[in-house]
Amino acid sequence: MKQFSIPAVLTVTLVTLVGISLGEGINLYWQDVIMFMGINIILSASLNLVNGYMGEFSCGHAGFMAVGAYVSSLVSVALFTQSSLFGAPILSSGWAVPLFPLCLLAGMAAAAISGLLVAIPSFKTRGDYLAIITIAASFIIKSAIENIKPIGGARGFMGMGQVTAAMSGTADLPWMMFWVFLGVVFTIWILRRFVSSTYGKGILAISQDEIAAEIMSVNTNKMKIVAFMLSSGLAGLAGGLFAHKLGYVNPGSFTILKSTECLVMVYLGGMGSLSGSVLSAVVYTLMLEILRFVIPWINDLLRWAQLIPTDYQVTQIWKWVLIPLLLVLLMQFRPEGIMGRHELADYFPWIKKFYRFR
Amino acid sequence: MALLEIKDMNHAFGGIEAVAGFNLHLEGGELNGLIGPNGAGKTTIFNLVSGFYQPTGGQIFFRNTNTAGLKPHRITGLGLARTFQNIRLWPEMTVLDNIRVAHHYSLGYGFLACIFRTPTFLRREREVTTAAYEILESLNLKDFAQELPKNLPYGLRRIVEIARALATRPALLMLDEPAAGLTSADLQGLIDVIRMIHQTFQVTIWMIEHQMQVVMDLCQYIQCIDFGVTIAEGTPDQIQNNPAVIKAYLGDDTFQCC
Repeated sequence: MKQFSIPAVLTVTLVTLVGISLGEGINLYWQDVIMFMGINIILSASLNLVNGYMGEFSCGHAGFMAVGAYVSSLVSVALFTQSSLFGAPILSSGWAVPLFPLCLLAGMAAAAISGLLVAIPSFKTRGDYLAIITIAASFIIKSAIENIKPIGGARGFMGMGQVTAAMSGTADLPWMMFWVFLGVVFTIWILRRFVSSTYGKGILAISQDEIAAEIMSVNTNKMKIVAFMLSSGLAGLAGGLFAHKLGYVNPGSFTILKSTECLVMVYLGGMGSLSGSVLSAVVYTLMLEILRFVIPWINDLLRWAQLIPTDYQVTQIWKWVLIPLLLVLLMQFRPEGIMGRHELADYFPWIKKFYRFR
Repeated sequence: MALLEIKDMNHAFGGIEAVAGFNLHLEGGELNGLIGPNGAGKTTIFNLVSGFYQPTGGQIFFRNTNTAGLKPHRITGLGLARTFQNIRLWPEMTVLDNIRVAHHYSLGYGFLACIFRTPTFLRREREVTTAAYEILESLNLKDFAQELPKNLPYGLRRIVEIARALATRPALLMLDEPAAGLTSADLQGLIDVIRMIHQTFQVTIWMIEHQMQVVMDLCQYIQCIDFGVTIAEGTPDQIQNNPAVIKAYLGDDTFQCC
């Protein structure tokens, strides 16, 4: 029983999500919110590997996301669509569904390799200095993309809409919802297996005392390469999903602001807690959307209480006051984040009875 | 074949010669001490042997391998483990995980095996856990397996750190001031543990120590260094009565205190 509970829950969730999207039980807007939630989960969980588990401070996550977004988009556009860059499609559109994971994989691989841009300097540099290197790496990636004319430069690259259209041609399903869901499961699966093994705990050892790790036979350089490549590879996966979800990408989506969003989610959830990362990505995405409705209510309330001048409107701009304010309060009163260093099962031991993680 | 052979090892930090012409020959099976006043260069010698610093001169052979240029984790893999003067356990990992991670040198599987849970991975994880429990059991630490080191009393943390070093299956165990910060009540316990390890694990021990009770009680042969130079060596009795050692520790009697 125990070993089937997680696959069962996941299957039911997937079927429900696809089902209600198909039957328009939820409108397109909420479908988008759910997909962004998934992409944010991948981003925060993968960044947590470096910032939480390994104790480094990477603030260039968006750069790796950009590499994954562009490479997977280029591959899928070249394979399945008619484009000005690559000409006629290489494969018929029927291949779009079975081969789409390979496009994402290509993006992941490229992002993982670009992760070496940070991994190699990390051998000798740590802490604040490495943080600066990660920012520099993300700038390098972004300006490189901006200056490659064939892929659109600063204007961006499009054509992925046709790829998703090709998938819908095979079967009329909400494919991106499906892929995002698989991406999230894949991310959590791979990270959970990695950090719970003796091998993966080497990176925890590095975060807690790097010198002791090295002397206790942990190959710290190799572990850092593995951690950075895995983290940036998964960011690349998020990027690939993001690009195909939107149907276009441009370098402006992958600025320092995006990296900061990833950081915020990691710190909100708790360093070194996978369930925290999932939870915080959900909470953060929902918070952004819910404020859309809440702010007009606040406006009405304040107007009713005659606390604001009649010619003043509380607009959506206030979202960017309220969310940072929430972060200030969080850091003041619960600096370890929602979950701290713990997983859900540490707080609710009884749930362990219902599943077995493999 | 000697276990550890150090020939004319020198090390300079800028213009300061921290270690000058240090020699050592360990055949295997000894329990030797290294003493000297503060700043004499004892820990520098340990850092050189364990690979954190590269000696500016001389050679180190461990089990007939020249360790020059080897990274510390490779040297540990050859069978040399050490502890630290200030305890360097991983404070937020359980005692059991501390011991398990010290098996990295012999894990024998990589990232992909870890993700796909291959048979090798599952077998090695089981073996490592069993081995870790064996070490904890032999040092009477089994009850603390699930504790975090930061929650343990200081004396116990020392023992856990030694247990972690033993997890790398060393032929040579280097202890850097194991008695530092211990109460006199803990001291006798530590002496017993070190003697027990020396016998049951058949490991050569080379220790830096300030507590004369520990050194004189345990060590068979002692070297004393001062300002990086070996000023005396011999059995505990010879060292205790050596005028150069007394002078290094207590100062010259012509020295006038103001």
